[in-house]
Amino acid sequence: MRKPPTLLSLTIDIALLNLSHISDLSFLPDHVLLELFLRTLRAGKLTEKILKLFVATGKDEILSLISELNIQLILTPVLPTINIRDDEVDIVIGALHLDLTSFMEDWRAVFSRFHLIIVQDPDLKGDLKIPGGFSFDVYMKSDIESVVGSSSSSVVFSGYSCRYFGYLVSHKKYIISIDDDCIPAKDDKGELIDAVAQHITNLMTPATPFFFNTLYDPFRKGTDFVRGYPFSLRSGVQCGLSCGLWLNLADYDAPTQALKPGQRNSRFVDAVLTVPARAMLPVSGINIGFDRELVGPAMVPAFRLAKEGKFRWETVEDIWSGMCVKVICDHLGYGVKSGLPYVWRNERGNAVESLKKEWEGVKLMEEVVPFFQSMRLSQGAVTAEDCVIEMAAAVKERLEPLDPVFARASEAMVEWVKLWKVVTSRLSNSAA
Amino acid sequence: MAGVSPTPLLKDELDIVIPTIRNLDFLEMWRPFFQPYHLIIVQDGDPSKTIKVPEGFDYELYNRNDINRILGPKASCISFKDSACRCFGYMVSKKKYIYTIDDDCFVAKDPSGKDINALEQHIKNILSPATPYFFNTLYDPYRDGADFVRGYPFSLREGVPTAVSHGLWLNIPDYDAPTQLVKPRERNTRYVDAVMTIPKGTLFPMCGMNLAFNRELIGPAMYFGLMGDGQPIGRYDDMWAGWCTKVICDHLGLGIKTGLPYIWHSKASNPFVNLKKEYKGIYWQEEIIPFFQAVSLPKECTTVQQCYTELAKQVKAKLANVDPYFTKLADAMVTWIEAWDELNPSGEAPAKTSNVKAK
Repeated sequence: MRKPPTLLSLTIDIALLNLSHISDLSFLPDHVLLELFLRTLRAGKLTEKILKLFVATGKDEILSLISELNIQLILTPVLPTINIRDDEVDIVIGALHLDLTSFMEDWRAVFSRFHLIIVQDPDLKGDLKIPGGFSFDVYMKSDIESVVGSSSSSVVFSGYSCRYFGYLVSHKKYIISIDDDCIPAKDDKGELIDAVAQHITNLMTPATPFFFNTLYDPFRKGTDFVRGYPFSLRSGVQCGLSCGLWLNLADYDAPTQALKPGQRNSRFVDAVLTVPARAMLPVSGINIGFDRELVGPAMVPAFRLAKEGKFRWETVEDIWSGMCVKVICDHLGYGVKSGLPYVWRNERGNAVESLKKEWEGVKLMEEVVPFFQSMRLSQGAVTAEDCVIEMAAAVKERLEPLDPVFARASEAMVEWVKLWKVVTSRLSNSAA
Repeated sequence: MAGVSPTPLLKDELDIVIPTIRNLDFLEMWRPFFQPYHLIIVQDGDPSKTIKVPEGFDYELYNRNDINRILGPKASCISFKDSACRCFGYMVSKKKYIYTIDDDCFVAKDPSGKDINALEQHIKNILSPATPYFFNTLYDPYRDGADFVRGYPFSLREGVPTAVSHGLWLNIPDYDAPTQLVKPRERNTRYVDAVMTIPKGTLFPMCGMNLAFNRELIGPAMYFGLMGDGQPIGRYDDMWAGWCTKVICDHLGLGIKTGLPYIWHSKASNPFVNLKKEYKGIYWQEEIIPFFQAVSLPKECTTVQQCYTELAKQVKAKLANVDPYFTKLADAMVTWIEAWDELNPSGEAPAKTSNVKAK
């Protein structure tokens, strides 16, 4: 014969049903409280509010159970200390995979505040899977073609370059872009990093490109300019580009990763610094933020390898646009920062396979880097658009003879500026 | 994974130069790390005072009388009543490498709580190449667990010899007097786990508190200027040496690294005293920095001494109108080189070395 339920268990059943209306549990005897807690867990009803109720009783048994079971409050994202209106930011994601569910869920706490522009790689057939609860616009091959025209333009928005279409159609001031195979990383204290907030902080605080500060970013809390730093340079300049880093799978090229297949980046370097004026750097597009108003036109989707692929090892488009931006920032007096934030980059692809496919990008860097290092813009170039046009001419003159990829790059840069002007004026006309 | 080869001690190739005016008690804490090495103590201030060196250290000590005796009239280029006098130690050393540290700097702990062997890290920095021509976003690519990132040209991956390793400080940060006055309680608690090369063409404020360099590559450029007693300026000795050194390194194709290691800086000097010393420097650096940023050394200058002498000429020509002090300083720079060459005869090897330990 089945045992009838006890009065206690019936009471706890009712309590469980009405748990959301209870505001105080401290009057309960310990054994009842414990039983209620365990039943709440089993019923899957332990929300943040209810957890706080239990913690508030202060009963040792409950608290030790919580710590033994490693129950933690859901982490709220670190809100930036600088006031950013959410409507000043677009998060642009280039979708190279159809199913963005886990990517978006992993970033939900960070992304859900902002508007997202998701651009589907035109070579990717099928429908994107995007979870609910986000504010976003999706752009697909047809959208791209209607803006750019389907006749072949020298600007190609495929693969990793699809995100540039997002930069084009956005009308926000700040753009943050993260590869769709990255998730939030944890800092050295084990806390989740809000990469978007950090990029925004980087972009909104001054950069200091004219003199190196040995304590890195002097505008960070707890630090400052060191002795010997000229006072006239302490107000800094506007930051145009923020380059973040990656834990786990670092952004190495294929030869390096193939040579050291097990090498993973586990070093968290707690610094942001301004890359000095006239110093060039390889900008990785995996995790960046930029001020679209300042440098948007300089983020050119121009450098396309002949056999460009869908792995970062098989492209250098971001290296090219990053150096364009750096030269232009140096010329116009803006800064470029590098360092925090980190993202966690998931394992993907095979470096050896990518290496077999293509050395092209690696070889071309030998010409590309000296070109940018020696690039000087004229006094007359006072906007980012002017600068890009001048650079495109220099590419055509000096690099075109070396490889057809440069001729395409030069044309694409000119085309991009045209597109930028058309689209931005169209947007501002419709907004008017 | 292959074992990492241990960092060589270099105990017969490295001297530790310490300027002091008080005592050397701080050496007790450094004993486990410093004891294998030869110390050069430069005693500033009253030469009749006896500086006690803790037992068990191998050292030579120079006071003002010794400096005057050894350099004769050229002793005028060595500062008095200022830690700038330490550069005398660089001059008399016979070793390849120098590490210099202040007597209020102690062993720091890394985030795991382990004592930091600052000297070992400096040696690692100096024995591996620098990369001044292209910035590596993952910082020093020669460190364990790091490498060159995608986009870094292979032709630049050999790097150049590292001439200087500039370390940092936890606790009391190296702020100037105005900043100290505004933020008297600020402490540097952020351990940044990075070493990086300062790009070519970029100047930086070099602090002499925790500094190592290759004396054979760059020694003559490490003149710490005329400071202290009888001079209109103080606390710019290491700054001056840093700007000269950086310009010469850029010219000769040598690299300067900054970042790890950290030491624990315990003493905050009096900000009002500092303000008096720095006051002129704060204004003068507005002229000095553009001067150094625009300096161009002729191709014919292929040794450090040649570069430095040329620099002295340009200082005299271009900074004399800022203040007559710079004429004196330019002359002292020349005297320094003359003294250096006297004490370090036999043709100096050209600054470029080819035996860089590549990754």
